[in-house]
Amino acid sequence: MTVGQFLPAALAAHAPVLLVAIPLILSAPAAALKSGRAAWAIALAASVAAFLFAIELFLATRGDAPAISYALGNWAPPIGIEFRVDGLNAALLMLLSASAILALLFALPSVEDEIEKDKRALFYSAFLVVLAGLAGVATTGDAFNLFVFLEISSIPTYALIAMGAGHDRRALTSSFNYLVMGTIGATFFVIGVGFLYMSTGTLNMADMAVQLVELRGNRVVEIGFAFILVGLGLKAALFPLHLWLPGAYAYAPSFVTVFLAATATKVAFYAIIRFSFDVFSVGNGFVLNSFTYVITPLAIAGMIIASAQALFQSDVRRLLAYSSVAQVGYMMLGLGIGTQAGVSAGVLHLINHAMIKGALFMALGAFAISYGVRRIENFKGLGQALPVSSAAFTVGALSLIGVPFTVGFVSKFYLIQAALQKGWAFAVVAILISSVLAVFYCYRVLVNLWVAPRPDGASRPVQRVPYMILAPLLVLALMNLVFGVNAEPIVNMAETAAAAAFNAGVAP
Amino acid sequence: MMSPHVILRVVAKVLIPLIIVYGFYVHFHGEYSPGGGFQAGVVLASAIILYALIFGLDEARKVFPPYWARVGMALGGFIYASVGFVSLIMGGKFLEYTVFHPDVAHGTGQHIGIIAVEVGVLTTVTCVMIAIFYAFAGRTPEISDEDW
Repeated sequence: MTVGQFLPAALAAHAPVLLVAIPLILSAPAAALKSGRAAWAIALAASVAAFLFAIELFLATRGDAPAISYALGNWAPPIGIEFRVDGLNAALLMLLSASAILALLFALPSVEDEIEKDKRALFYSAFLVVLAGLAGVATTGDAFNLFVFLEISSIPTYALIAMGAGHDRRALTSSFNYLVMGTIGATFFVIGVGFLYMSTGTLNMADMAVQLVELRGNRVVEIGFAFILVGLGLKAALFPLHLWLPGAYAYAPSFVTVFLAATATKVAFYAIIRFSFDVFSVGNGFVLNSFTYVITPLAIAGMIIASAQALFQSDVRRLLAYSSVAQVGYMMLGLGIGTQAGVSAGVLHLINHAMIKGALFMALGAFAISYGVRRIENFKGLGQALPVSSAAFTVGALSLIGVPFTVGFVSKFYLIQAALQKGWAFAVVAILISSVLAVFYCYRVLVNLWVAPRPDGASRPVQRVPYMILAPLLVLALMNLVFGVNAEPIVNMAETAAAAAFNAGVAP
Repeated sequence: MMSPHVILRVVAKVLIPLIIVYGFYVHFHGEYSPGGGFQAGVVLASAIILYALIFGLDEARKVFPPYWARVGMALGGFIYASVGFVSLIMGGKFLEYTVFHPDVAHGTGQHIGIIAVEVGVLTTVTCVMIAIFYAFAGRTPEISDEDW
């Protein structure tokens, strides 16, 4: 497929930059508006536009099509800033923009419930900046530019999380926590980029990859890699750098949690793949060793410890947040395996986890808006009162456990397969232990939801869940089932992405 | 009521126009010498902040309403990004300044592009500085000291 298959050629030629620039420029009018609904419409329009460009880029990079390079300001790539899209980030851009649309549909009723009236327009504006920043991280082919976009996406994220303060003041400390940790992460990343720039003399990632082949074994380069891995690991909530995540997810407004859970850590995870397997390569002994002896043990520790911590949470959002840390462990384990199959399994779980956690957090948002509860013991009997949302939550929970015919099963299957190919039986055992723990923490919620009787006294009236919430929630729940039965499209997507990460590393 | 700070007020009234003119000088000279939209924005904002310090926050809010700051912050980013979109419409790549003027040899298009982008930076920086000042200066303590 070539450029211009889906959108008119004039637009398609600029698709990589428009995908980032349209949300960015539209965030300005959204901020100047007074009406939250108008800002919401602008945000939705920008997200739909981003989604169309993402489809175009995805179609254009399918199979073994070459990467699309876009020189900003027409300054030629090694010196100028380049946007570069291949199978790996095209998949991520699809995920990002689709999540933005679904989350925004959910946002209209949810934000009106949770955010003060005069702050709504600014809220959507901040969301658009986050979207632009994340899309920028995913598209840019310049290491320093990636840092800039990382900060562009992070700073409004802190503000969005802090807006949960209207409901729960703990949002402020969580946001501040995330600000401090996120800034440290970004600093580590930029220090690492500095080391690489010092030894290669270039910031362009493709150019850097070529130069780094000759610099194998250079200690400065290795230190640079370590800094980058720690910095991005903090952003991706890799255990034990995840401490910001539970609070941030638990106290942010529901919409923010839905969107962040589906995208933010995923984008940082993408950047790790990009740096480890494309800029560096597993042919580099240092990279392979750090994945085998550092990342893999941490990933396994995260899978088991965070799942165990999830068992003891009474707030369902915290429970799911700890589960997210465990799921990041699965993705990291895929990278730790260090083979193309492993990375493919990691990317597959990245896509699937976005669907799973999107559905789960959205269902929690539905409960919050109609009944105003977040703690497990208050979920008693909600299954009868809100059957559709509860069913969607159940589908998400089953998928999280990895029950067959859900996407969770598909990604665990591929992950186990990749581990076995490498001969890592211990990784399989770890996946099974973590899955059993997932059964327990999901059971705690589900049994309250469906089996426990509704308490008689003190039961608040249950309002109907708005259709604007039900629609995206059902779409996500159905996606969990549909792709669980027919996994081919997402498996292909993940395999193309992994192939792009691996082939690009050995390019010219 | 007669203010005790007559000298301060008179000096400030003389200085503020000069500060504003100097801000614009820093802005338009940014291509040739140290300066540019960022520094100029801070200088311009300092004029408003000086006004607020001397004449009080309420007077400053009349001169430069907080809503302007909010719109201005967004407008600056909008100007910057629009330069990119205009260059796209004129047939170049995003933020390609050469398309703005046929005289490529002297880089006239580059001059136009940079000045336009810097106007965006100037607007945003000025408004952000003022907004930060208003936010700090106008903050009422949530719990008064006696209530502790």
